[in-house]
Amino acid sequence: MLQIRFFEEQVDQLYMKGEVHGTGHLYIGMEATAVGSILALNKDDLITSTHRGHGHCIAKGAELNLMMAELLGKRTGYCKGKGGSMHIADINIGNLGANGIVGGGIAIATGAALAAKEMGTGQVVICFFGDGAINQGVFHESINMASIWKLPVIYLVENNKYGMGFPVTKAVNIDKLSKRGYAYGVKGITIDGNDVVGVYNTLSELIFETRSGKGPILVECETYRWKGHSRVDPERYRTKEEVEAWKKKCPILRFKKYLEDNKLITLTEIDEIEKDVLAQIKDAIEFAITSPFPEPKEATEDVYA
Amino acid sequence: MRELFYSEAIKEAMTQEMEADNKVFLIGEDVGVYGGAFGLTLGMLEQFGPHRIIDTPISEQGIVGIGIGAALLGMKPIVEIMFSDFLLLVMEQIANQAAKIHYMFGGKVAVPIVIRTPGGGGTGAGAQHSQSIEALPFHIPGLKIIMPSTPYDAKGLLLSAIKDPNPVIMIEHKLLYKKVKGDVPVERYEIELGKADIKRKGKDITLVATSLMVHKALTVSEKLAGEGIEVEVIDPRTIKPLDLETIINSVKKTNRVVLVEEACYTGGFTSFLASEIASKAFDYLDSPIVRVTGLDTPIPYSVVLENEVIPSEKRIEDGIRKALN
Repeated sequence: MLQIRFFEEQVDQLYMKGEVHGTGHLYIGMEATAVGSILALNKDDLITSTHRGHGHCIAKGAELNLMMAELLGKRTGYCKGKGGSMHIADINIGNLGANGIVGGGIAIATGAALAAKEMGTGQVVICFFGDGAINQGVFHESINMASIWKLPVIYLVENNKYGMGFPVTKAVNIDKLSKRGYAYGVKGITIDGNDVVGVYNTLSELIFETRSGKGPILVECETYRWKGHSRVDPERYRTKEEVEAWKKKCPILRFKKYLEDNKLITLTEIDEIEKDVLAQIKDAIEFAITSPFPEPKEATEDVYA
Repeated sequence: MRELFYSEAIKEAMTQEMEADNKVFLIGEDVGVYGGAFGLTLGMLEQFGPHRIIDTPISEQGIVGIGIGAALLGMKPIVEIMFSDFLLLVMEQIANQAAKIHYMFGGKVAVPIVIRTPGGGGTGAGAQHSQSIEALPFHIPGLKIIMPSTPYDAKGLLLSAIKDPNPVIMIEHKLLYKKVKGDVPVERYEIELGKADIKRKGKDITLVATSLMVHKALTVSEKLAGEGIEVEVIDPRTIKPLDLETIINSVKKTNRVVLVEEACYTGGFTSFLASEIASKAFDYLDSPIVRVTGLDTPIPYSVVLENEVIPSEKRIEDGIRKALN
């Protein structure tokens, strides 16, 4: 979680300094959802991610250097500078890709689950998407097919309360997004997405369940993004008080408290971990900044495989 | 050699590749029990079972996306979209996902998916089941598009398409399915994507046509041969990537060219082809490039109206005579 938090904070700084050419969507405040759920997967399990994908990517074990280099548009980045923030993928670690289209990864995750089932690999897919994406038609098409074929996929909707600036309370006429599962014969549950231990425990059970052939599950993680939708966001759709109230529910502070209360860690150890993670991020920035840009002629490479 | 109908050649290609490679599967609406809307896949369910011939709900976008996801894991899905008009329901998956993934992800991932779909009019199916839609995917980098006109080409191109690591859209003309028969080798063979075929040699004028229009062009060419006019008929077979070299070389030889396609006039793929010929062989042209295309309308229902909109042999003949003057 600290890796994600510090990575995103540094990326935010880089945006402000104008070091990043494009836009990005920060995951700050939502760390427990990605970390708790992905930790519950096996290493060779799969995920699909979203436009707000840095958190999933890091939790799945991505190399920070390559991520940072990609954000800066460098040749050494994950996608050789061709993808940017919204298109980082690493098949080798089971990350089938972030996606710039809201809901764009939902059918792809479903297809990956179909392939895993048909090839008998035993893999499970977590398909991340937001509360905005749950109203895309492709969600309904995909979860229905996953249900009739009992595919090993967890549809994990990160309800961070806004689809860009549109509040989820205005976007749907139900109190829990997980209720949508019932319409497709899919178990749906809503959990606290800011409680990393809870997310891990619940997902561990659910992943076991879907891996054993019982079909897909719809999990709603209630959480909140602290930063604006993207780089430019006047945030007219929410109040400062609302943001501050959610900051008090910080998933990282909560986990720290859990560790301290249970005497699982000392303050000194926390301090050391924080220093270590910060050093990793600084290294990544150094790597990214000193890396070369692609040659302009590389723009026409990789159109076809 | 043994003759097969166009639809039989397509089925044979899928069947043989599925027998040879267990990563290949077919998914689509009513491709199994029903045997496909045109009966093309009849019997495949019995041979391969429901895990490899997958009947789906009516969810086109989901089906194509599922194909993409399976392809990312190394499977080789053949997705059938029942009518090419329905590609409009899935352009997000085709254009934003399948076509861009390899590039966006820095060349590290391939999407070996084939999307087969019947296109074209002449069946009285009306505006939403008859359009020639190829110009839309034609504009999207990362896609390949094949439009075979003969059973031989259909089998060889499809076998190549299944093996190709890129997303390939195969547009099959419904009027060819059970009307066109031709020699097809029993064994598997591949026709390289992006290679045109000269369907008829000629010295007087070059005619480029795709799909069903190839047959109309050949009929007209035979007729004109009686008048001593020798038309060279070129079938690109793959319109993306397009084999410009074969076409340009022919134009340099004949100095005149007619481009025929069933799709609408505005923005049709032959408008791109015309600009390429104009810029690469301008000095060789003895007359303006002529395009014979569908009219800029949706495909109407009444046979009288439908015949008016879709290029006829008469219009193709007129086009040739115009270019010869």
